[in-house]
Amino acid sequence: MTDSPDSTPADSAERYSPLHAQHVEAGASFTDFAGWQMPVRYSSDLAEHHAVRTAAGLFDLSHMAEILILGPEAADALDYALAGKISAVAIGQAKYSLLLARDGGIVDDLVVYRTGEDRFLIVANASNRAVVAEQLLERCSPFDCQVFDESDDIALIAVQGPKAYEILSQVPGVQVDGLADLKYYWSTPGTYKPVPGEREQHELLVARTGYTGEDGFELYVAPDAAPVLWDAIMETGAGSGLVPAGLASRDTLRLEAGMPLYGHELGLTTFPVQAGLGRVVNLKKDGDFVGRAAVEAGAPEGSRVLAGLVSEGKRAGRAEYRVFDGDTEVGIVTSGALSPTLGYPIAMAYVDPASASEGASLFIDVRGTRVSASVVPLPFYKRET
Amino acid sequence: MSEPTERKYTKEHEWIDVEGDIATVGITAYAADKLGDVVFVDLPTVGSTVAEGRVVGEIESTKSVGELFAPVNGTVLEINDAVVATPELVNSDPFGDGWLIKVTFTELPALLTYAEYSALVGE
Repeated sequence: MTDSPDSTPADSAERYSPLHAQHVEAGASFTDFAGWQMPVRYSSDLAEHHAVRTAAGLFDLSHMAEILILGPEAADALDYALAGKISAVAIGQAKYSLLLARDGGIVDDLVVYRTGEDRFLIVANASNRAVVAEQLLERCSPFDCQVFDESDDIALIAVQGPKAYEILSQVPGVQVDGLADLKYYWSTPGTYKPVPGEREQHELLVARTGYTGEDGFELYVAPDAAPVLWDAIMETGAGSGLVPAGLASRDTLRLEAGMPLYGHELGLTTFPVQAGLGRVVNLKKDGDFVGRAAVEAGAPEGSRVLAGLVSEGKRAGRAEYRVFDGDTEVGIVTSGALSPTLGYPIAMAYVDPASASEGASLFIDVRGTRVSASVVPLPFYKRET
Repeated sequence: MSEPTERKYTKEHEWIDVEGDIATVGITAYAADKLGDVVFVDLPTVGSTVAEGRVVGEIESTKSVGELFAPVNGTVLEINDAVVATPELVNSDPFGDGWLIKVTFTELPALLTYAEYSALVGE
């Protein structure tokens, strides 16, 4: 057989997470992700996936980019730089947004945390760090604010799953006021004191956000404090079923939750409306923003739209596989897998609007075999609340 | 079957256990580990003729798809129905219960020894 999911980085400038030793110790297999050697799995993709759905998983997301915008006009600058109305975001609130190109394509999708009146933390995809930092710098330059790429000075740990709160609230040394009442897409500052009685203390930003479709928290922390914090969370959660979870399970979890992945569902040639993200672009906000004119002009007539596809059996459509309506090619799969939670194949695909209505009966060309697929609304999986 | 150290290997990460004119074929632990959790296995029909180096099946994990190549010219004598029903056997016991096909052959091509294969994967 031939297959090497673990690609070898083209250059020698491999980057390692501050938690690399933790991953090696836990027996992780690594994969190159945007130049970073990140854990793809520790033992089993499926076991890690199920743990997040039924108990909790701990993810290292330290490769992600964090860019800080500071200054009296930071909110105005971001209203111009991003697709959403960032000035309307309350202190402590988070907002999913898009960095659009002038022609309306998507440069990156990102989360904006407002951590103060004049202070915003933007979390972007690792693969887009350079372009996002550069674009923010350029777009914010006419405003009274400063842009700092803090990616190397911030580690990110996510605890995700129905037991995330139970675990995080019991980690010794983690002090977060109001953790229980922290709402989805809100954040709050906290502290972490690794050793009781010692002076050493680290600042945390704790957010109730995630990319798995489950309840959970994301913890932003200094890289030198990340290993002890990781160990403390693992130790606290072990009895609750917490396992370290790799990027392979993160991908199947987000796919089930219908969440787009940059480079798959989103890209420079994708208009937000095609990806079902029309609501993320605020055309009612005052003033111009980058991409506004193109979004107002609209996507070209007949542009493909993102659709959910489900099949029977075990054979999943995967990225780049073609989608047919009868004998006519009508789309292309962007992500797909045999859903670990649902037990049947699921896929997201860009499909001609005429073939994308709910219930439409299509086919995916799975390496030469026509596999029936029905259009369903996204997400495929929604947790019970 | 013989110990893994006694078996033959291919660059495509398959192992071949030879008994008389029957070759039992599976994928190595290294390959199974790289694939991740195997969720679907597609194997050739019993009685079909296979040609060395040609794709005769697929091994699909949650993350990716691997192809199964015939390591010899021959005829498929038996397939492992247990692995079709329970694909995770490829992960849990790649050198044993996770075997894939048995092929009858007349001539063995040049194959790697255990030492040569181990050197190839750096283990």
